[in-house]
Amino acid sequence: MKLTLKIWRQKNRDEKGRFFTYPVENVNPEMSMLECLDVLNESLIERGEEPVAFEHDCREGICGSCGFMINGVAHGPQSATTACQLTMRHFKDGQELTIEPWRAAAFPLIKDLVVDRRALDRIIQAGGYISVSTGNAPDGNNIPVGKDIADRAMDAAACIGCGACVAACPNASAALFTGAKISHLGILPQGKPEQDRRALSMVAQMNTEPFGSCTNIGECTAACPKEIPLEVIATMNRDYRGATCRKRDDLVQVVAPVTGWSSSSKS
Amino acid sequence: MSTSAVAVSKHRAPGFWQSTNGKKIVMAVTGCILILFIIGHLLGNLLIYAGPARYNAYAAFLHFDDTLLWIIRSVLIVSVVLHIEAAAQLWLRNKRARPVNYSRKEAIRSSYASRTMYWSGPIVLAFVIFHLLEFTGGFIHPGSRFIAGDVYHNVVAGFSVWWISAWYIFSLCLLGLHLRHGLWSMLQSFGIPHSRAREVVLKRLALWIAVVLIAGYISIPISVLTGLVK
Repeated sequence: MKLTLKIWRQKNRDEKGRFFTYPVENVNPEMSMLECLDVLNESLIERGEEPVAFEHDCREGICGSCGFMINGVAHGPQSATTACQLTMRHFKDGQELTIEPWRAAAFPLIKDLVVDRRALDRIIQAGGYISVSTGNAPDGNNIPVGKDIADRAMDAAACIGCGACVAACPNASAALFTGAKISHLGILPQGKPEQDRRALSMVAQMNTEPFGSCTNIGECTAACPKEIPLEVIATMNRDYRGATCRKRDDLVQVVAPVTGWSSSSKS
Repeated sequence: MSTSAVAVSKHRAPGFWQSTNGKKIVMAVTGCILILFIIGHLLGNLLIYAGPARYNAYAAFLHFDDTLLWIIRSVLIVSVVLHIEAAAQLWLRNKRARPVNYSRKEAIRSSYASRTMYWSGPIVLAFVIFHLLEFTGGFIHPGSRFIAGDVYHNVVAGFSVWWISAWYIFSLCLLGLHLRHGLWSMLQSFGIPHSRAREVVLKRLALWIAVVLIAGYISIPISVLTGLVK
């Protein structure tokens, strides 16, 4: 099949970007979106042009590296599918695809379709962990966890941190991501000891980054390749509200957003 | 990338009101207070169908103690101010959160009501101000004389003017849209988690509560225009 790809090209953060239109012939319908870009890049390299930069790693929908807007929808039109798992048979022959990077103040552009998502890492660093004592590994199933709780935690833990929620949100809010990370630990007994501190710290870090606010409209969960439920946002707000009431001291510290790169390895 | 790029510099943590979550909790609580007022206000106003004597007696009852009345009014005014202040600050923050817009962006699941909250809100505010000037203050009363105390007369005379009724019906429909999303959204913002199945039920419930409330309100200008209430 033939496709026309309208791709955002931008050399770096400081230079102005614009759309370039590339016709791609011989697209195999079984190809993934990323493989289609690979084919385009091969032809660009042959012509001596700069290939399109995009992030990718596992190509099986579990690492969270890939992702861009395809025709105005994060990860493209197929629900619960990352860009690497999106096969080209879902498009019509001769269709034009508009491909844009995630756009958010918290995700500064690095190059073409690659954006800096370290803001999400800093939210995890603020409290996305549990404390485990060293020594022998505890017996399995030592702490009973009901199946309904385990399922809810697993649903939230499915988040791969790709940033599609932020990209799909009209306010560029990271509420679904932060909510998923707070919930999947907070509702399990292993995560209870740090529940308050986790909610306060991660919410504080999220609000230090230039993300917008949640208006509960649900675009994030619709775009999420892992179908994280909107419920996690309510769980985050409940934990945050409780923790704010119980707060005893100034535990909460946040890290200033770092968007620059040291000069040596990256330009 | 060397380690210097991730050097930790401590920053002051945003407090409750500085955080978007805190502001949304404030919006949920104040929104809930305003919804309670909307329900009470409707129940009182439906007394117009019981005739002038009952309706004016209800209006007089609201004034039985002016101190108490002003305490309740103060709670409502503070709620409105906090609701709008939080919304305005969040709006500014949200504008800054996406400095470069998408060339193409599709809405895939959000409702029309949820995407137009920043339109329905200010229009409803303008309506509330107009409404207070007309029926509480008595400054706007085209085509008739405002009689303090004779609320029944004021309502019938006011709604007999077609453009006032039209403006009321239009604004109330927008209030309905605002409530349709707000009623459900406040549970999320306040932090009451519920399953996906219950989310569907709650959204439908919010829609029906909004429809019933707005149908009740709109029935009054329509009854006046059609001559059912005169």
